[in-house]
Amino acid sequence: MRCEQLTGSLSDAADGSVLLDGPSRAHVEHCLRCQAELAQYRKLLRALRALRTEVLVPAPGLLPEILLHLEQAGERRAIRSILTGRRVAYLGGIAAATAAGAAGAIVLASRSRRRMSLAG
Amino acid sequence: MPVDVADLVVAARDGDRHAFDELVRATYVETYTLAYRLTGNEEDARDVVQEAYLRAYKGLKRFRGDAQFSTWMYRITANCASTFLGRRQRNRCEELTEDLSTRDERPAASPEVQAEATALRERLQVALRALPPKLRAVVILRDVYDLPHEAIAAELGISESAAKVRLHRARKKLRDDLFARPSEEQAHAV
Repeated sequence: MRCEQLTGSLSDAADGSVLLDGPSRAHVEHCLRCQAELAQYRKLLRALRALRTEVLVPAPGLLPEILLHLEQAGERRAIRSILTGRRVAYLGGIAAATAAGAAGAIVLASRSRRRMSLAG
Repeated sequence: MPVDVADLVVAARDGDRHAFDELVRATYVETYTLAYRLTGNEEDARDVVQEAYLRAYKGLKRFRGDAQFSTWMYRITANCASTFLGRRQRNRCEELTEDLSTRDERPAASPEVQAEATALRERLQVALRALPPKLRAVVILRDVYDLPHEAIAAELGISESAAKVRLHRARKKLRDDLFARPSEEQAHAV
């Protein structure tokens, strides 16, 4: 087995997501280059994981900025929902008026038809 | 008194706006840290954090609570950063502010161990900043924040195999940068 064949597997082996098969393990046990590479990946992963506990301190003002942004978005939402409500009521009114008009027209038409048939 | 994030999530989901503000207060530094690591600069990180909390606020009803709130925020932040970086489509690493203060929350070790860890951490920060944003996002989400491959793929809008390929490339690049072989160092020195 050649070292190049293990490229990629070593970083997976270092984080424990992949177990090396027999021939690969045998190669690593005898190859100083692959052992060094594996050790470097392990060190890198430890250093990366350690970053998790480190926090960056944002410049002052970020928290009020976020809260203000949320408040403004909330207000915009509320305004939108009021407008939507009004629009629904307005459209409902128009629909009701149209329906009433249509019903009235039907009643008038049927009455005039009856009057015409009685006269005729 | 420590804040119970789970209680705040429940209250916020029930429409308590004050509870959501408290959630922001309790988690924004962590969210900012991730946003900064993903975007590579303070200005973009601020925009990403604002957008992330807005999306979280709007989508809170969909948060079932089967993961931690912080993990859910990581995913939203990663998604926002990805959208943001996609829009920019250029690496702005050169704009990094070097004086950004950091706080290490690990218990104190011996001075020698601390010095070595600090040196490695500083080299790692430099190497991370030098990575292309697409590779940086995957390695940070996987190896720093421990997000599963499928979650990373979903939030970045890529396939799971693409996420794995990017992770390998990122790790190899970081390893090469941090542990350059003596011959390579000499070659650079010449």
